[in-house]
Amino acid sequence: MELASNGYLDMELLRFTTAGSVDDGKSTLIGRLLYDSKSIFEDQMEAVRQASMVRGHEEVNLALLTDGLRAEREQGITIDVAYRYFATPRRKFIIADTPGHIQYTRNMVTGASTAHAALILVDARQGVLEQTLRHAYIASLLRIPHVVFCINKMDLAGFGQNVFSDITAQLRAFELKLGLQFVHFVPVSAKWGDNVVDRSERMPWYEGPTLLELLEEIPVGAGIGPGARFPVQYVVRPNSDAFHDYRGYAGRVAGGCFAVGDKVQVLPSGQESVIASIDLYRESLTETSGAQSVTIRLRDDVDVSRGDMLVKNDPLPVTGQDIVAMICWMNPRALRQGNKYILRHTSAEVRCVVRTLESRVQISTLEEVVPCDALEMNGLGRIRLRTTRPLVFDAYRDNRNTGSFVLIDEGTFETVGAGMIVC
Amino acid sequence: MEYMNHSTRSHLRELEAESIFVLREVAAQFERPALLFSGGKDSIVMTWLALKAFYPARLPFPLVHIDTGHNFPETIHYRDALVEQTGARLIVGSVQDSIDRGRVVEEKGFHASRNMLQTVTLLDTIAQHGLDCCMGGARRDEEKARAKERFFSHRDEFGQWDPRNQRPELWNLFNGRKHMGEHFRVFPLSNWTEMDIWQYILLEGIEMPSLYFTHEREVFCRDGVWLAALPCIPRRDSESVEVHRVRCRTIGDITCTGLTLSEANSLEDIICEIAATRVTERGGRADDKRSESAMEDRKKEGYF
Ligand SMILES: Nc1nc2c(ncn2[C@@H]2O[C@H](COP(=O)(O)OP(=O)(O)O)[C@@H](O)[C@H]2O)c(=O)[nH]1
Repeated sequence: MELASNGYLDMELLRFTTAGSVDDGKSTLIGRLLYDSKSIFEDQMEAVRQASMVRGHEEVNLALLTDGLRAEREQGITIDVAYRYFATPRRKFIIADTPGHIQYTRNMVTGASTAHAALILVDARQGVLEQTLRHAYIASLLRIPHVVFCINKMDLAGFGQNVFSDITAQLRAFELKLGLQFVHFVPVSAKWGDNVVDRSERMPWYEGPTLLELLEEIPVGAGIGPGARFPVQYVVRPNSDAFHDYRGYAGRVAGGCFAVGDKVQVLPSGQESVIASIDLYRESLTETSGAQSVTIRLRDDVDVSRGDMLVKNDPLPVTGQDIVAMICWMNPRALRQGNKYILRHTSAEVRCVVRTLESRVQISTLEEVVPCDALEMNGLGRIRLRTTRPLVFDAYRDNRNTGSFVLIDEGTFETVGAGMIVC
Repeated sequence: MEYMNHSTRSHLRELEAESIFVLREVAAQFERPALLFSGGKDSIVMTWLALKAFYPARLPFPLVHIDTGHNFPETIHYRDALVEQTGARLIVGSVQDSIDRGRVVEEKGFHASRNMLQTVTLLDTIAQHGLDCCMGGARRDEEKARAKERFFSHRDEFGQWDPRNQRPELWNLFNGRKHMGEHFRVFPLSNWTEMDIWQYILLEGIEMPSLYFTHEREVFCRDGVWLAALPCIPRRDSESVEVHRVRCRTIGDITCTGLTLSEANSLEDIICEIAATRVTERGGRADDKRSESAMEDRKKEGYF
């Protein structure tokens, strides 16, 4: 059948996030991507056409395609992220669109947490701003593998090569300091579409890919870390005659690969066993591939429940109660030394106390300042935690799944902090 | 080993793995969760994913059908057959009951629909069975108001959604903590698009109600939308009945299920048709046309 053979059923999925200061052209750029890749339906386009007319715009304002957020921003409603979807024949894309207003740190961290790539907009006329560096810093902190700087409004800068290379050079110098993994630069005009989906004829000096080409080519394989990690979510016990003795551990692979016959350890207890089967509905797999959701059965009758992790020694994760982490604070009630929270990490939940608030990141200079006694909303800082029970974890730089956690307020149950484990 | 032939990096397998993860989180984090089954394609796919998530065990939660009483008979047949095959537990909340008990008042006039009344029946059903989490098949691509919805959506004691007070959701760490009386709506299909749903149905060979395929039907046109000519939808004199070959693009309550003129006879046809269609799926839903912010308002009241 044609649909299956031409790859339609077999596209890759790329998640990316967008960041930029207000008016850099983020909404226009997203609108342009959706429009030029023909992902906009007629009824949506008609609504935008009408809204543009009502507002007295000369041309159709593509920024209005994603305008849901703007009205809410005006009403003061907290929107951290809105998700948008589009597809080309090669890939399906999920955009985590984060409004770039005052609450940018918290928003961008949220959008960045699941992203393979970040688009950071720079207004060609203004060049690199403090805000640009913050966004790049957050991308590096969240370990987003690919960062794409879109130098926008090139039409207002005469499509000049010098403008582009000056900005690129400045960002390159900064990038070295941050240790970003892969960095790309594309000169675009979101408003007119240059180098967004279609190649610009007005910037013949640029030989690299257009933004969409780049998004189609960025490798998505690097989703999970190398060490084999399987947090147990749920124990499957059918209690039926047909599957009388079935006891399977359901979860999603959070790192590496598991194969039938592999020797595994159950942490934190440290018991050992061997994988007897890897089940996915009615199929049996010989090994896992990527972040699959499967059910694993072990050869021995060991004691395993939700919150435990099956791991292989390649190498082992850390099992411990003292954690140093970078934290992004997301709540109006500040984080202080001595505060207690619920900590949720993989499928485990424990209580913890903030032993020390070691430093706060001065966002304007990106330096860590000591001492400090509170971390306010949108603040980034380094903390030392002690948990009530041992956690099984990796450093965030090695594994985004087993190196991340959230803090939950014990009274309101709100999610108040996002943590990335340093060690 | 059919599964291994597919690239495991494909977008459908990744969406599947993500949804199964969410379904298992629900089973683990809540005491009395339920899956809202409307008979539409999204809830059919969600049920399929749930069966996969817990196999070989049965579903660890019941299916809840909020029955407006205005269903296509195919929907009920499909539901009952599914329950029979899977041994799932079924809870039916009846809008007719709510009307009979005086909990709600039936709308009158040409645009009368029981869609709005569903909210009360749903909240009553949640209370009656002590449900603390209801999973719905809503997708973020469906409508502007859903683009910012979380996987785990917190509802207050009155079942209301407060867009000002939603918890940030990071990585794949879902926070289902709640106080007495509060509950959650969870949307395992958040990241799926209409196209993904159909591609997945094809990939998995999921059997679908015949309503989704082309069939001849008596219909009439209202505000540019084709509706079934049935007694539960009063017609104006000017709205004449015609016979056309149509299919459903979404299935809900009859009174607001828009039909598409279509010859699509197979899943492949449907996918080609959607690839070529230039109108959103909700463009065919009468309930969304009532006002610009229709969906937003219903969500705040506790509609899915
Ligand atoms: N000339 C020009 N104007 C642009 C370009 N991109 C965006 N704009 C304009 O910049 C303004 C802000 O754009 P918008 O997309 O709303 O910015 P956002 O706040 O980052 O979402 C609007 O008036 C856009 O029309 C561009 O490439 N060239």
